[in-house]
Amino acid sequence: MNALELHNISKSFALRKGGLFAGTTTYMALRDVSLTVPKNRIVGLVGESGSGKTTTGMIALRLTEPTSGRIIVDGTDITTLSPSMLKPIRAKMQVVFQDSYSALDPMMTLAQVVAEPLHIHGVGEHSSQTTSALDWLERVGLHRSYGNRYPHELSGGQRQRVAIARALILRPDILIADEPTSALDVSVKAQIINLLQDLQAEMGLAILFISHDLSVVRSLTDTVAVMWAGRIVEQAATEDIFATPRHPYTKSLLDAIPVLNPRNRRTRTFQTREALEQAAGGPGVLTEIAPGHLVETT
Amino acid sequence: MRLVDISNLVVSFPQDDGIVQAVRGVSLHLDPGESLGIVGESGSGKSVTCMAALRLLREPPARITADRLDVGGVPMLRAGKADLTAVRGKLAAMVFQDPMTAFDPVFTIGQQIAETILAHHAGTKAAALAEAEALLKRVEIKNPGAILQAFPHQLSGGMLQRAMIAMALSCRPQILFADEPTTALDVTVQAQILQLIKGLQAELNMGLVMVTHDLGVIAETVDRVVVMYGGRVMEEGPVQAIFDAPLHPYTQALLGSIPGQQPGRRRLVEISGASPNPANPPAGCPFHPRCAVADSACQQMPAFREVAPSRQAACWRLR
Repeated sequence: MNALELHNISKSFALRKGGLFAGTTTYMALRDVSLTVPKNRIVGLVGESGSGKTTTGMIALRLTEPTSGRIIVDGTDITTLSPSMLKPIRAKMQVVFQDSYSALDPMMTLAQVVAEPLHIHGVGEHSSQTTSALDWLERVGLHRSYGNRYPHELSGGQRQRVAIARALILRPDILIADEPTSALDVSVKAQIINLLQDLQAEMGLAILFISHDLSVVRSLTDTVAVMWAGRIVEQAATEDIFATPRHPYTKSLLDAIPVLNPRNRRTRTFQTREALEQAAGGPGVLTEIAPGHLVETT
Repeated sequence: MRLVDISNLVVSFPQDDGIVQAVRGVSLHLDPGESLGIVGESGSGKSVTCMAALRLLREPPARITADRLDVGGVPMLRAGKADLTAVRGKLAAMVFQDPMTAFDPVFTIGQQIAETILAHHAGTKAAALAEAEALLKRVEIKNPGAILQAFPHQLSGGMLQRAMIAMALSCRPQILFADEPTTALDVTVQAQILQLIKGLQAELNMGLVMVTHDLGVIAETVDRVVVMYGGRVMEEGPVQAIFDAPLHPYTQALLGSIPGQQPGRRRLVEISGASPNPANPPAGCPFHPRCAVADSACQQMPAFREVAPSRQAACWRLR
């Protein structure tokens, strides 16, 4: 079974035109996005800023409401669930954001931060909640004594470990991780990627990993969906995307990754957005062109 | 003559509870037409080194000492206000990570580039604006006339970075300092900006100092690399040699931890621990608490010296 399914999600925002009484125009942030995160798998969602990848994650969590489409979590359609019906589902889906500083309450100790989901969902009593929080701090690589510290005392990597502990303490089925390594130093990034790898395998977690960093996505994910202009334009096993990209936008994205050896420097030719749009042929439908390899075709 | 010649640079910031040494004895140089990469993580002192070279830090609180701190032959530590103005913007220009905060939001792009031109050359405003338009064209902006009249918030990050490069080039500098110029940009825009900077550097025969945390940016753009950690230079050498055979354990670990080098989902080689606290750095080599091959000798700082032809490093293991 799938941990998360998004079916034909669209999202439009009303934008005000120039003048005060000029009325509004509609901006399509997401157009007919369908995406599946199977249990025990890490799915990458990549794309440039503004492509809609964060909005997709927010809609999956129902932190943003879709204009149309359906959200299925563990077989339950949650698209129109009331807040009280949604609460038990929320325990199954958790999130880690890029900016761990603003994600952690500065007035709470780390033990309180990590135990808060248990408190909100009424799991156990105070002492067992604290013990569990300290266990989780240890599990993400922080000493139990960190339970008495405050977020500002930690480095960025340590704060991200705390955010991961808080997200996983309810043992969710799915974790949505939105650029969790983007603000980290190179040497710390590898630590957090490894931590996510290990926890995913131990817990059989499903992870939707949202990132613009294709190198991280290559090392961490099982499959990748490429977003562009609010659409998913290609989706396949991660190595298939890297080895045989098909969509013009995916190709341009991979071509732009910096080389990791000066010997491979080259002069690149860049296509304008208009040229890419022309080559892509505008919004189309995802078609399976090889087993498990979907490409938008018109 | 060297464009940049720095020897034993120390930059410290007094705090309530002690002194933070952000740069602890850095020596580096840049030859004419050369491109130098300074790579390091946050807190390594790479940006502070550049800011200190151009005396852009507020002093006090910053305290700068050096055996030599020359930019374009001007001894920056002894330079007066007029000398500094002649160096900054004219001889050496700088491009920063965040173009949105580097531009003034209430003036148009054209006004700001023209202002820079008029600060260093006498002339009319109309001529300066015409020059600004030519510069925007040079950084491959397709509609320079419209961008000239645009305000910063109306442009994308990539466009703004191009405009900032145009402004940096306005007085034909001999040296361009680029401090994380593509870190805030999407990967395709990053590739375009790096290619633009490389092209302009070759065309104008400028010296380039590229400051970045991203080894990919280094691999794409520079001739020679300085690797910094904890306020010190760990290793220096030609870019290809650094990538083929890194000598310092820190450089080796850093290169090994880059994700996406091999196909397939996998655990990465990680460097345990965290970067040193600049207020309380470890004794000796700043990397030794995280180093896999450290021993008791590493409690003392090894000298930064030549360990192979045109290769320098600071490590007891290399002798």
